Amino acid sequence: MNVSILAVLIIAFLAGIGGVVDEWEVHQPIIACTLVGVALGHPLVGVTLGASLQLITLGWMNIGTVVGPDPALAAVVTAWWVAGPAHLPVALGVILALPLAWVGQWITRGMRQLIIPVVNQADQAAAVGNLRRINHLQLLCAGLQGLRTLLPAALLMLLPAAWLQTGYQTLPDVLRGGFRVAAGMLVVVSFALVINTMATRQLWPFFFLGFALATDQHLSLIALGIIGVGLAVLYLGWHGNSGAGPTTGAATPTSATDDDLDRELDDL
Amino acid sequence: MTTTKQPLTLTLGDQLRIFGRSGLEQAAWNYPRLQNLGFCYIMIPAIQRLYADRTAQAAAATRHLTSFNTMPYMQSLITGVTLSLEEQRANGHPVSDDEINAVKVGMMGSLAGVADPVWWGTWRPILSAFAASLALSGLGILGPIVFFVGWNVVRLGFRWWAQRWGYRRGVQIVEDLSRGILQKLTLGASIVGMFIMGALVPRWTRISLKPVLVTAHHATYDLQALLDQLLPGLLPLGLTLGCVWLLRRHVKPFWLLLGILGLSILGYWGGLFK
Repeated sequence: MNVSILAVLIIAFLAGIGGVVDEWEVHQPIIACTLVGVALGHPLVGVTLGASLQLITLGWMNIGTVVGPDPALAAVVTAWWVAGPAHLPVALGVILALPLAWVGQWITRGMRQLIIPVVNQADQAAAVGNLRRINHLQLLCAGLQGLRTLLPAALLMLLPAAWLQTGYQTLPDVLRGGFRVAAGMLVVVSFALVINTMATRQLWPFFFLGFALATDQHLSLIALGIIGVGLAVLYLGWHGNSGAGPTTGAATPTSATDDDLDRELDDL
Repeated sequence: MTTTKQPLTLTLGDQLRIFGRSGLEQAAWNYPRLQNLGFCYIMIPAIQRLYADRTAQAAAATRHLTSFNTMPYMQSLITGVTLSLEEQRANGHPVSDDEINAVKVGMMGSLAGVADPVWWGTWRPILSAFAASLALSGLGILGPIVFFVGWNVVRLGFRWWAQRWGYRRGVQIVEDLSRGILQKLTLGASIVGMFIMGALVPRWTRISLKPVLVTAHHATYDLQALLDQLLPGLLPLGLTLGCVWLLRRHVKPFWLLLGILGLSILGYWGGLFK
């Protein structure tokens, strides 16, 4: 068990870095929950939670200077609760991820302030041409980002499994059933977030085409993807030939939405 | 330096080291100056290669610690252009601090604007939804593997190609980009993204209604079956459009999540959902 706990903490550390640098994407629930599941000897439980949670978090993003809800802490801790000794059901894990994501978001914001003195030291190092010190400071920052998830995760993992179990047992039926319903329904918020980053008047028809075609269960997701790409290629070809030129035609709608998007994200 | 000077160039090893470092670009993300330390950290192999004396190194490091922020993968393109500028400067061309900074600042905003919707708005949601659907349809661990490999092969390939392209073309890149290729790409990606989001709404939202209607002639109708006959996925569609409408009115995502949670509990309690 001690080895698995150590493994979970390492995963938490890597997810903490991943959630800020946004490179390898190991902090995405489908990866992080799976890894925690593997570490605890229940890979399939981890995958199931990860995939269910992924559908809810796929619209959470860090854009510009805005910090989105944090999937890293939510994925690692709920996976520990679901695949670990507490054995909570997947639907409850999905619901518990929401407050954790909110906490993680605040810690991420705090870290961006906390790190300022380290960055100021880099100025001093640069002034005297000490490049090696700049390297070390950058790596130190990466380490701090890892601790951003590792420390709160470790704290939450100290909660005795028996408490969580009793907590779950004492939940009224209404809440248990309601959580199960919510776990299937919360995905619409992510869909809405993604749509909101892209939607312009000219793009809405493609949304409804996708919707209508997907109600035919014979079409797989790959087939739908092929149709989507085909439509995009056709549209761009038509758009380029009929417009005043590729630059003016294609640039205006996207730049207009970017402004809207920035304004909206500033308010989050 | 009395003999004819060999022009200073970055070796392939330098470029690979810079490419490797770019994976930590955002680690020192901080509020006033954003990705400044990250950018400087990435440039260090180049600074060491191009400037021999310590004062020149100090000047170069200081110049790359000014505030900077872009979409992280687009940083590779900007790094490439910056590398070519630094190389010219080290070889005695008149390139000022201000010019280098102006190129960085000029590219970072516009590139982030076209790249954010492609990477975070289209590619990640589509790939991760596809991976999740593989995982939930019984293929288990294959889902996460598809996501991890698919994402990182594309990301690393893009970063390396962008850095090379930027380094080779230098500031001429700005002209290439002004032809609107990237905008076109973004439009195309947004079309695919909107289409797939439309497809995911009925496929991956699980809502089923409980009430059964009984007519005067004792014929029973399942409300959900009736709705499905009309159009499957009608409720998810309504909920999604409602959420988009609220987002446009500056309702924060967390309130939407809480609202859906409340709606689910109330609906279950009232016997509307099963």
